[in-house]
Amino acid sequence: MSQAHAPTVRGLFGALLALLVLTGLTVAAALQDLGPWNDLVALLFAGSKALVVVLVFMHARRAEPLIWIFAGIGIAWLLLLIGGTVADFDTRDAPPPWTE
Amino acid sequence: MVEEASALAAQQFEDLHQERETVGLGMWVFLAQEAMFFGGLFTVYTVYRRLHRAAFLEASRHLDLFLGTTNTVILLVSSLTMALAVHAAQRGRGRACAAHLASTMLLAAAFLALKVVEYGHKVHDGLLPGEGFNAGLFRHAGAELFYSLYFVMTGMHALHMVVGIALMAFVLARALRGRYWHFVDLVWIFLFPLLYLFGRHA
Repeated sequence: MSQAHAPTVRGLFGALLALLVLTGLTVAAALQDLGPWNDLVALLFAGSKALVVVLVFMHARRAEPLIWIFAGIGIAWLLLLIGGTVADFDTRDAPPPWTE
Repeated sequence: MVEEASALAAQQFEDLHQERETVGLGMWVFLAQEAMFFGGLFTVYTVYRRLHRAAFLEASRHLDLFLGTTNTVILLVSSLTMALAVHAAQRGRGRACAAHLASTMLLAAAFLALKVVEYGHKVHDGLLPGEGFNAGLFRHAGAELFYSLYFVMTGMHALHMVVGIALMAFVLARALRGRYWHFVDLVWIFLFPLLYLFGRHA
């Protein structure tokens, strides 16, 4: 949180500009029929926006390695939670009765 | 600076730098826990969307893309004003910090006001899950699941915003609160495509 780790005002405005451009692009892409790619494209845009917020607004870019490890573990558990559950449902013969 | 810092640090820390690092790390641990909390909801969304894809596509088209996009822009700008408040606080510019925090709270209030308007439209259109749900609007069963998730996920997100506004009101210049606000923005960044953009192309 020290001053040396913080981005400049210019950097902060640049981040907002990038986020607004990415928002425009993701809306434009969602209006096109990209077949199976719509979902992936939307998530890639959301992921890029998340990265900008975490790196610039949340000062992660120049944070201590320990913070990177903790944030990384958080993301890893999140992927395990979603990935593990999807793997479970996708390998069942029939969806469980409570999902009907 | 170091002598002064060690004099100010709480007794369990070597110096102020170590104390700040510890407080910062604690905030990241809290946010990781918050990510797991919202992650559970995103997991439920993922599972049901895979089981009821056509219904989710159809239901998504009934959301107001203009309001959703407007709120996305409002929240992104509020993340900038929050970052500017932290920037000003770190340089000891109290007045600028307070002004940026006030802007952030104003933008948050605008987001919530639009959300109230949007919820009102949905209730009016019979899209509130429960006995009054108008299933006749949809060709596919499962749209009600989408709207259950819509209200729970955006509702929990809105509740986090209310907590954020309260934190800002209480602590007008504590830098560590900034990350909490950006986290609220992060959740919305994923909610927006998953709820509003999903069925738009068809």
